[in-house]
Amino acid sequence: MSSSSPGIEVDDLQRSFKDVLAVDGISFAIEPGEIFGFLGPNGAGKSTTVLMLTTLLPPSGGRASVAGFDVSRQGAEVRRHIGAALQEAALDPLLTGREHMRLQAALQALPKATRGARADELLERVGLTDAADRRVGGYSGGMKRRLDLALALVHEPEILFLDEPTTGLDPQSRADLWDEVSRLAREQGVTVFLTTQYLEEADQLADRIAIINQGKIVAEGTPDALKGEIGRPSLEVVPAVAADRDRLAAVLEEFGPPTAAPPGAAAVRLEAGADGLAQVVRRLDAESIGLETFDLHAPTLDDVFLAKTGERMSGDDGVAVAGAAA
Amino acid sequence: MTRDLARRALLRTMRQPANIIPVLVFPMLLVAINSSGLQAATKLPGFPGDSYLDFAIAVPFVQGGLFAMMNAGTDLATDIESGFMRRLALTPVGGTSLLLGQVAGVVALSFVAAIAYLGIGFIAGVTIASGAAGVVALVVLAVMIGLMFSSIGAFVGLRTGSPQAVQGFFPLFFVFLFLSSANIPRDLMQQEWFKTIATINPVSYLVEGVRSLVITGWDPSALWPAVAVLLVGIAAGGFAASRAMRGSLVRT
Repeated sequence: MSSSSPGIEVDDLQRSFKDVLAVDGISFAIEPGEIFGFLGPNGAGKSTTVLMLTTLLPPSGGRASVAGFDVSRQGAEVRRHIGAALQEAALDPLLTGREHMRLQAALQALPKATRGARADELLERVGLTDAADRRVGGYSGGMKRRLDLALALVHEPEILFLDEPTTGLDPQSRADLWDEVSRLAREQGVTVFLTTQYLEEADQLADRIAIINQGKIVAEGTPDALKGEIGRPSLEVVPAVAADRDRLAAVLEEFGPPTAAPPGAAAVRLEAGADGLAQVVRRLDAESIGLETFDLHAPTLDDVFLAKTGERMSGDDGVAVAGAAA
Repeated sequence: MTRDLARRALLRTMRQPANIIPVLVFPMLLVAINSSGLQAATKLPGFPGDSYLDFAIAVPFVQGGLFAMMNAGTDLATDIESGFMRRLALTPVGGTSLLLGQVAGVVALSFVAAIAYLGIGFIAGVTIASGAAGVVALVVLAVMIGLMFSSIGAFVGLRTGSPQAVQGFFPLFFVFLFLSSANIPRDLMQQEWFKTIATINPVSYLVEGVRSLVITGWDPSALWPAVAVLLVGIAAGGFAASRAMRGSLVRT
């Protein structure tokens, strides 16, 4: 694996399905060795983009090159340089983990003498040595994802596509996978294109992020830069007495514009930043509004998403939901 | 690569008893029931031979092919449905290798099944008029029948991408078997419409080719039509399946 090869370049890429424009002229560039987070809610166009970049779906327009090869005209060369763990973690439940590895090694034309050792090495790296001879049908979701990752790495690809690799995983499995992806990028220089609907995942793993919504890229940059664009923290308060909620909201709005808040709470983006907190407390005290919770939130990628799209990405299912105006 | 894919197909088949048992048990069960219940048919003037068991043993060879069709089609459709085909599409493997690998596993089962049919047949008292060379020819025919039907199954599986759709086709092909000369020689069919259908039904020629090796010996007038049906069927099924594979293995 090498970080000297070109990464990914996408220019005005489009894909339509009949009348639906799933990917609407997106452009970005990914440097070799970079972890690029492609963040968006379900149906935003993430997986369609991955399928085009991995040569499994011809683009309707625009162009893209992966590892220096055009995805439309040099598919075989692209495939030689990439590994991919697609959304389904498509495995054969009747084969064992080791049989999967050996089959993948054979199909990737690894020399026969090295296949066993490569399989063992990768199975150990993803923590599946003990389960290697068990049929995959009995694996947990996390084990399947780890095997999927190991399969994608069999031929030592320079560029790795991971399409929602942690969806449905428990926190520990998710953290283990994050560690492995980070290690691949940092130690082996693998370029990683990671789609996710988890804001935290993009925040923790990615060097840079693009946010896609309804087929268009609405923001791109490092996580810190994107959050920096939002700038000010938000304050979310729950009154001790539910009937005080409207009075509470009115007081808070003296300190900044309202933002989306869960039922029963009120939230604002603090114009004065964290420095304005003491003044807020004094005003609430003057109004005799008792508080149940009082939380100051630093800007998150969810805030970035909200600011760029007017919607929030809900946490678990990745569905964009209409939010309050920012 | 083809060998590795064939190995996978074989492992899949061996690890699914539900795919093996019907191939081995049902055809022989049908033979046992028919040969005990229809023995009297051998008294009909013009019936070939005096053992209905010898007459009926040809049927499992074709029936096994129908199961091969279902197994090949279901396995490929499952690969499409589960996304495994996309995993394969990301490797340098070609569509032809993939198809041959998948079909080879199923054809291997046809080979094993043919040996089993003959073994059980011998135990039950079947005699092969064409001798030892005829036994080899029967196994070759069984493999060709498996190849033909599995390529048709592969075509259906690849075109529909749905194991359920493949299973839906299975009874349709069974109708071809029952509307053939599987249970009674065409010459003895009383109903003209049935005789006409059996005559234009290619399955009749498969059954009659296999049957001729058991009952008659080396009879070119029965054997060559069977070989011709198989060669045309394998060519047409293989062509259709490769085209369908090209459609399923979408990549730039």
